[in-house]
Amino acid sequence: MVLYPKIQFYLMGDRALLLEFGDEISSEVNERVRRMALAVEAASIEGIVETIPTYRSLLVLYNPLILSIEEMKKGLEKIEEGLQEGLFPEPRLTRVPVLYGGPYGPDLEGVARYHQISPEEVIRLHCSKPYFIYMIGFMPGFPYMGELPQELVTPRLKTPRLSVPAGSVAIAQRQTGIYPMESPGGWQILGRTPVKLFDPEKDPPALLHTGDLVQFYPISEKEFKEWSE
Amino acid sequence: MERVEAFEVLEPGVLTTVQDLGRYGFGRFGVPPSGALDTFSLRVGNLLVGNQEDEASLEITLTGLKLKALRELVIAITGADLFPMLNGEALEMWRAHLLVEGDVITFKRVRSGCRAYLCLSGGFDVPRTMGSRSTYLKGRFGGLEGRALQRGDVLSTVDQPQPLDRIGLRFPCDWIPSFEKEAIVRVIPGPQDHHFTEKGFRTFSSSTYQVTPQCDRMGIRLEGPGIERRPDVEESIISEGLVSGAIQVPGDGKPIIILSELVTGGYTKIATVISTDLMKAAQLKPGDRVRFETTSIEEAHRLLKEQEGRLKGFKESIEHR
Repeated sequence: MVLYPKIQFYLMGDRALLLEFGDEISSEVNERVRRMALAVEAASIEGIVETIPTYRSLLVLYNPLILSIEEMKKGLEKIEEGLQEGLFPEPRLTRVPVLYGGPYGPDLEGVARYHQISPEEVIRLHCSKPYFIYMIGFMPGFPYMGELPQELVTPRLKTPRLSVPAGSVAIAQRQTGIYPMESPGGWQILGRTPVKLFDPEKDPPALLHTGDLVQFYPISEKEFKEWSE
Repeated sequence: MERVEAFEVLEPGVLTTVQDLGRYGFGRFGVPPSGALDTFSLRVGNLLVGNQEDEASLEITLTGLKLKALRELVIAITGADLFPMLNGEALEMWRAHLLVEGDVITFKRVRSGCRAYLCLSGGFDVPRTMGSRSTYLKGRFGGLEGRALQRGDVLSTVDQPQPLDRIGLRFPCDWIPSFEKEAIVRVIPGPQDHHFTEKGFRTFSSSTYQVTPQCDRMGIRLEGPGIERRPDVEESIISEGLVSGAIQVPGDGKPIIILSELVTGGYTKIATVISTDLMKAAQLKPGDRVRFETTSIEEAHRLLKEQEGRLKGFKESIEHR
C-alpha cells in the first residue's frame, strides 16, 4: 500500500494535526499532499495558522482558541472528499547551473570511484534528467529532490562535515539537494551553484518550491565567477 | 515614527537575542518560527509596559548581560530569575520600572529557569523579516542583523512618550510561574507513539531525564533511560513537519525536546509538549531534570483557555485601573 484510501490523522500536541497520505516516498502520494495543501489554503479556514507539506504528510498548525480540533477535522475531511483530480498547477522548471568537482565538489571523485565510472559520467548522469522537488525543509530553501538515476545512488558520508558551503549541490541515497546556506551536512557534495536559493528579503523567500522541477547543467569556473558577480 | 537609542550593550552575556512571538506562514519554505521560547513571559512583560503582546523584546539566556540606558525608559523583566540588578540593587521582576539615562542593568547569576525577557515600552526597533522581528540564529536573519547581541551594540526603540502611569504595575504574584530544577511537563502522546513498545512508553512517562549541555534554541537533548522501540519499525521516518514541543527519540533512545528553530525532521516523535507547559520546557537548563506526564488534548485545550483567561483578566484590570 502506497497511498492510503483515506487520510490518517495524528495529533502533534494541542495545536498541530498531522495528515498522513501514504507510507512511501512517491510522486503520487506527494501530489495528494500538495493538492490538499492548496485546497486547505484556498478554503482559508479561520484558525488555521499554516500548513507544512512534506514527502507524504501535511502538518496543519491551528489556534485552538479560535478553532476546535473537532471542527477542524470535520472541515479537513470535507476538503478531502472534494479533492479534484483535475485542476493542478503545472510544475515550473528551473535550470540550475553547477560548477562540478575540484574544491567546489569535494566528493565528485569519491562518488565516481564508488560507482567505478568517470567523474565526467557522474556529471552527465546528474544532469541527465529534471528532478522533482518533494519538499523544502531541514533549513530555509533546501530542496529535497529525486529520484537520481540508479547508477548514482550513493550512501551518505560516514562522518558528516561540520561545514558545507552555501550553494553546495549534493546527493544522498536516491536524492539530490542544494544547501542554500552554510551548514553542517552529511550529503556527498558534487559541485556548487552560484544561484542564490534563499533571500529573506524576497517574497517568496525561496527560489524553489515544492512540486516544481530542477534541471542541473554544468558550467565552467569562469562562468561561475561571472555569475557570482 | 522616529527611532531613538534606548540601550548600549556593555556585556552581551551568554546569549541574548531579539525575539517576538515568532514567524509563522513560512514553514513550507523551510523557515522555522523562531521567537521567544517562553511566550507567556514575553506576553506578560509586554502588557506590563503597555505594549502589544507580540512586541519584540530581549531573550536573555542564563547570565552576564549588562545594559546601559541611554534615555528615560519603562521596562519590565519576566521569565527566569537571573538576579536582575539596577545600579547594583536587586530589581523586582514581573513589575514595570522606570529607568533614567545612565542606569545600568545587569543579570548576575541564575537563580531559577534559563531565559529571562526584558520588555521595553515601544519595543526594540529592528526591521521585520517575513513579518517578524525574531532572530533566527542558524538562518542568520531577523532580530539584530540575524545574530546575538555583541558588546557595543546600540539598541533602538521608537520615539514615543513613556507610559509613566505603568510604573509600579505588577503581575499578580499567584500567577507568576515558578521554574523548578525538577519540572513536570505534560505531553500528548504521538504522532509516533505507536512506534514504541508499551514498556518503552512506560520508561518515557515514568523516568526522570536530565538536561545535557546540548541545549539551545533548536532543542534540548536529555540523558536518562533509553526508550524501547518496537522491533518491526525503522529508527527514522520519512521527514515531516515539526512544532516546538515535539519530543524526538533518535536511535539511542534518549529523548530530545524540539524548540523553535527547527521545521522538519526525520526522527520518531513519542509525544508533544502541551502549549501551556512549553514555557516549563523552555526554562530548562543543563543539569535540570524533567519528567513527562501524559494528558489528553481536551485537558490541554482547557488549560490553554484558562491561561488565556488569566492574561485577558490581567489586561482588563490594567485598562480599568
